[in-house]
Amino acid sequence: MNDLMKVSSNPHVRSKTTTSSIMLSVVIALLPTAGFGIYNFGLDALILILVTVASTVLTEFIFEKICKKKITIGDYSAVVTGLLLALNLPASAPWWIGVVGGAFAILVVKMLFGGLGQNFMNPALGARCFLLISFTSIMTNFDCDAYTGATPLANLKAGAEVNILDMVIGRTAGTIGETSMIAIVIGACFLILLGIIDLRIPGSYIISFVIFISIFGGRGFDWPYISAHLAGGGLMLGAFFMATDYVTRPITKNGQYLFGILLGVLTGIFRIFGPSAEGVSYAIIIGNLLVPLIEKITLPKAFGKGGEKA
Amino acid sequence: MNSIKERLLNGIVKENPTFVLMLGMCPTLAVTTSAINGLGMGLTTMVVLALSNVFISLLRNIIPDKVRIPAFIVIIASFVTVVELLLQGFIPFLYDALGIYIPLIVVNCIILGRAEAYAYKNPVIPSLFDGIGMGLGFSVALTCIGAVRELLGAGEIFGIHVMPESYVPVSIFIMAPGAFFVLALLTAIQNKVKINGEKKGRDMSKIQSGCGSDCMNCAESGCSHRLVDQKTESVKEENDKTKEDKNND
Repeated sequence: MNDLMKVSSNPHVRSKTTTSSIMLSVVIALLPTAGFGIYNFGLDALILILVTVASTVLTEFIFEKICKKKITIGDYSAVVTGLLLALNLPASAPWWIGVVGGAFAILVVKMLFGGLGQNFMNPALGARCFLLISFTSIMTNFDCDAYTGATPLANLKAGAEVNILDMVIGRTAGTIGETSMIAIVIGACFLILLGIIDLRIPGSYIISFVIFISIFGGRGFDWPYISAHLAGGGLMLGAFFMATDYVTRPITKNGQYLFGILLGVLTGIFRIFGPSAEGVSYAIIIGNLLVPLIEKITLPKAFGKGGEKA
Repeated sequence: MNSIKERLLNGIVKENPTFVLMLGMCPTLAVTTSAINGLGMGLTTMVVLALSNVFISLLRNIIPDKVRIPAFIVIIASFVTVVELLLQGFIPFLYDALGIYIPLIVVNCIILGRAEAYAYKNPVIPSLFDGIGMGLGFSVALTCIGAVRELLGAGEIFGIHVMPESYVPVSIFIMAPGAFFVLALLTAIQNKVKINGEKKGRDMSKIQSGCGSDCMNCAESGCSHRLVDQKTESVKEENDKTKEDKNND
């Protein structure tokens, strides 16, 4: 009889999910988008993606080595950051943009605040905005071998006609990862089926954005116009992959709905009333900054507390 | 002679108004878009600081305690106006670059802080050198911040192109966010140097700010003495309490 009863402290039921398995799933979910970007924009896009990922991973490794901290590059979070950042860059950007952006994302936005789980802002988006402010002409130059001219959103803002089918498939100018709505949705479905992300934030984001556009877009509920807004720019990539970042989203259910609505409204304001055609990344980082407040007001009451006082 | 040297060193290193006391952040962040702007702002502030320190020290026995702050402001504002008119007349490019931040020197907390913490309690000569030391410390800090921002944001230092031709300026550094990045970076570096110095056995924490160790009435919030004194104070109080309790028993 060797059936000794094992006595151990809780928790007794453990999930097999780990940080690295979640991050790896996100990397896999981003592969269709990255793959389409490389197919669409050619070898430049592949090189830029590789350089950016190498930059984020190496920065994390070197920083932790210098500060004598535990090496955490094995959790793939730096890979996700690098991949997301690269997908947010135009394919025509020189390689050093990826290096500078990757280093900024990891060093300033993530590690200086204490590493994964402590960063107050999505590192990839923080770096994108840093690059956008610093190197505006490089970051908004979408000319490459395959496409020249403005992005569909810029055309839309200027009042020109856009081809919605091209935008859904992704045959347009733009950043490496934002053009193909189909590839992004395939990756997002994979994550939703695995249960890694849910539809609360993307759903409320997209619905509130559609409502905002219908009211303030100046064209009413004009379906082609609205679908062009949905398929164009970084809205899909932002809604499914960046707004849902575990570290920088609210943890309460109601907070997540509120967060999504806030992002939808902010994106609408930036796109319709702002000077530039796109505003997803600014909307999400502003949303990230408001997360502590959102969590504070949506904190559920403990059972038995609150309610009417007798 | 010793106290003069000590005052100067205190202002530049030990109690550097920008990196240690964290005072005067508004001009620090706003005008340091280039090294020359930082230097100009620092020196302008230094002149006002030294002159106002001298006059406040001279008048310290005449100014009534209750209205000392308005009196300080009047003295400081007079000097700021003089300096502003001089700048406008003789260095117009600096006057244009610094803009609204010259009249705002009136409310610079370094000047008011030194008036309150030092000049109001000390003789004229040390007050003069306290002002010069603090002003130099401020100038050095602002010039450093300005130089780093100009180097990264424009590839130049004091307007001279130093970076290679292929360097693409990171223009965020000459915009507002860059000021925060550079200030944080330089503060972190000087803290690191200090901590390393302490590890090697040099006592860097002993700040002789000449404040008369009257920490209870001190306006300086960045002084490390204050924390220590408050701690010992509270420990003392606790000891007294326990003693009293025992006595009551």
